[in-house]
Amino acid sequence: MSHFIDRRSSSKNKSAVNRQRFLKRYKDQLKRSVADSVNRRSITDIEGGETVGIPAKDLSEPVFHHGPGGQREQIHPGNKEFIAGDRVPRPEGGSGQGPGRASRDGLGEDDFVFELSRNEFLDLLFDDLELPNLVRNQLLGTTEFKTIRAGYTTQGAPSNIDVVRSLKGAIARRTALGAPYRGRIRELEQELAARLAQGAPEQDPLVLELRAEIARLKTRIAALPFIDTFDLRYQAFTREPQPSSQAMMLCIMDVSGSMDQNRKNLAKRFFILLYLFLQRNYDTIEVVFIRHHTIAQEVDEQDFFYSRETGGTVVSSALNLAHDIITERYDSSQWNIYAAQASDGDNWDSDSNLCRDILIKQLMPLMRYFAYVEITPRQHQTLWYAYQEVKRAYPHFAMEEIAGAEDIFPVFRELFKKQEA
Amino acid sequence: MSTDSAHPPKATPTGFISTSSEWSFPLLERFDHAIRRIAHNDFGLDTYANQIEVISSEQMIDAYSSVGLPINYNHWSFGKQFVATEQTYRRGQMGLAYEIVINSDPCIAYLMEENTLPMQALVIAHACYGHNSFFKGNYLFRAWTSADAIIDYLVFARAYIAECEERHGQEEVELLLDSCHALMNYGVDRYQRPAPLSLAEEKKRQQEREAYLQAQVNDLWRTLPAGPDPVAEADERRFPAEPQENLLYFIEKNAPLLDPWQREIVRIVRKIGQYFYPQRQTQVINEGWATFWHYTLLNRLYDQGLINDGFMIEILQSHTNVIYQPPFDSPYYSGINPYALGFAMMRDIRRICEQPTAEDRHWFPDFAGQDWLKVLDFAMRNFKDESFIAQYLSPQLMRDFHLFAVRDDDQEDHLEITAIHEEAGYRALRASLADQYNLGSREPNIQVHRVETRGDRSMTLRHFRYHRRPLDDSATEVLRHIRRLWGFDVRLEAVEDSGRVQLVAEA
Repeated sequence: MSHFIDRRSSSKNKSAVNRQRFLKRYKDQLKRSVADSVNRRSITDIEGGETVGIPAKDLSEPVFHHGPGGQREQIHPGNKEFIAGDRVPRPEGGSGQGPGRASRDGLGEDDFVFELSRNEFLDLLFDDLELPNLVRNQLLGTTEFKTIRAGYTTQGAPSNIDVVRSLKGAIARRTALGAPYRGRIRELEQELAARLAQGAPEQDPLVLELRAEIARLKTRIAALPFIDTFDLRYQAFTREPQPSSQAMMLCIMDVSGSMDQNRKNLAKRFFILLYLFLQRNYDTIEVVFIRHHTIAQEVDEQDFFYSRETGGTVVSSALNLAHDIITERYDSSQWNIYAAQASDGDNWDSDSNLCRDILIKQLMPLMRYFAYVEITPRQHQTLWYAYQEVKRAYPHFAMEEIAGAEDIFPVFRELFKKQEA
Repeated sequence: MSTDSAHPPKATPTGFISTSSEWSFPLLERFDHAIRRIAHNDFGLDTYANQIEVISSEQMIDAYSSVGLPINYNHWSFGKQFVATEQTYRRGQMGLAYEIVINSDPCIAYLMEENTLPMQALVIAHACYGHNSFFKGNYLFRAWTSADAIIDYLVFARAYIAECEERHGQEEVELLLDSCHALMNYGVDRYQRPAPLSLAEEKKRQQEREAYLQAQVNDLWRTLPAGPDPVAEADERRFPAEPQENLLYFIEKNAPLLDPWQREIVRIVRKIGQYFYPQRQTQVINEGWATFWHYTLLNRLYDQGLINDGFMIEILQSHTNVIYQPPFDSPYYSGINPYALGFAMMRDIRRICEQPTAEDRHWFPDFAGQDWLKVLDFAMRNFKDESFIAQYLSPQLMRDFHLFAVRDDDQEDHLEITAIHEEAGYRALRASLADQYNLGSREPNIQVHRVETRGDRSMTLRHFRYHRRPLDDSATEVLRHIRRLWGFDVRLEAVEDSGRVQLVAEA
């Protein structure tokens, strides 16, 4: 006989565990590969999954094989012109084509390439990184609550009745209340059986009495209510104050004439990395884009990255605008505020000190973290030195320098690497 | 359309089972029923009961990555396999198999849901009657696998390894499995087979074994002298007394430092390797047999008027794809296609039985003109690839395939064509092709030569070179794995044809 089974609905992720183990085992190689690909690829690709490669030789599972050399004879089909005794030159490269041996030794140095899901990719990308200075805003007021389960109660709304739990209680109650009757019934039945065994007739008054008593007790058991208000259990919920898990990300970029499209792209990569990273830590993120040359403007993403501006540079204008936006719209007791600033380091000479003062006095106390990246292959200018003073004053101010695309990810890692406790 | 000449007169058409290409479970059952009737009654195929499971392509990829087993322990290498298969499939570089069939009783066959009805019929005939009867009849499978116990054993193995991971840590188990996998092909005793075991017995035995084995090993490695015994000292006895080719078994029984649970895992890998041992040696004959039967059974269905022309054409189209043999100079050439060779040989045997030529009578006097069913059945039961080819490859077939032999000798500048499909070359060709399927020449012959029981406890392995072929570079890596299992130094020596011994690697 044959037996047909439709397995299509059974789980199809039997290999998930093995896949995870594979990723875990090659985490180091994968991390390297992920870091490479971040620098190589256009930043928008990061949103999706990622194709990564591991050198095939790292993955090999060795077994004993014959290597090249020695003497071997192979049979091939499709002879057209050869006759026994012919000698033909050895084919080049052991490609396995033609009358050569099928090459096992010609294993390419190809990478073992495969696709990571977005989450796997981000896990690897941000592995070992953490948000510095992460103090979740504990709120005293009643700003944010989350409803969570809190066991069972005996009172509540009918819609919250937990059926299984209630019926379990009912069974227990019926068992408990019926126990004395059942014990008594057992005794009476034994007595009755003994009587009948002694040959007492059915009409014997004692027998009748026993039967009546048993019947009475059985009705008592039957009369126990199937379910009682006493049994009802309600799912209980409670509202728990939540630490704020919303973040505001402030992107500040210099769009003056000296920032060409290439530099803007580098900055963009950095901003997106930061955005993805924050996204993994916070439920909601709002992003505010501020671009500036001599005056600062709040703009949308498209304008931020792609519009062309020229002119000089006054960084303090952006910082002032940032401060205004925060005080107006983002209460720092409710929002975790992060800022990233990208610039080529140019600034109006006398403005740098002003920037320093704004940061130290006004902005930094509101910030979780402020990261400044300078995209320049040249010598530092006044802004860099002014910011170094800020850095000395506040540990959650960080500054790094980026020369090219290959620096972005290392710099990012440097900024957010786990702090040794 | 059919070339079947030994047919009974065409049965009166009973109406087509279906003319649609959409399959449904009732239709599959009707096809299975019709094919079974023909297979069992007309051709006398002996099969295990079938368990036919329809799965999706994702599940097929899952099945691929656990080496076709329905259940297996967890290991990263299966994950790697999964990732690789999924990737090539998604990119369309590779189609998935239409079916996977497992040598178990009942015989489990997986059918892909994407297959059309004609394909499902083909696959049922191929797997559930072709492969199935081969599993049940072939001597290697009978000797080496226990179809009724394998699923139970896999359940046991999976649970045991999971338990070890819990107790001893996933990493440690993984390292051990890595090492065992490197030796998986060296876990067979070619000369004895173990008795089949049920799950319960296996568990009980495992516990007994654990206690007993440890005692044995401790005895072998006892370091305290049992008292002055000058005779024993003088008699520097060799261990092992005979060279051992079953490396995993030798390690399982004799490695000094393994814990009992580690020995059990070595044993599990050895057992599973052993289960695949017949499959590695019966590719041509097994696929040939199954292909021959799907072809024969479905042609009979067609002759009986159960399937229509369109149905049959789809089946034949797929059939001809499967048995295509590109010539050596084609870009698609990747060695001899076992389906093509096996199918051609089966058909050829039938031809020799039914319409023998003078040449066939000369070459195969013992079966030319006999009942083809009996001859084929005998061949299926008693041969593996190597012996099957050595016994049955006919001159006719060598001509059809235009076979020729090429010798590649690293001491010569040129390749030499040593034999072609002509009178003088038939025997050499046949011997050479058979040797190509000889496990002994495909896989390096490596044996445990000696263990220093008294000295540094090192183990010496010997590789007996076949036609001067050396091992490739991965040997050093494998040796490190052996060292991990053995716990002490391991040496690998190569023995030339001349008898000269040289040290190849050490770990």
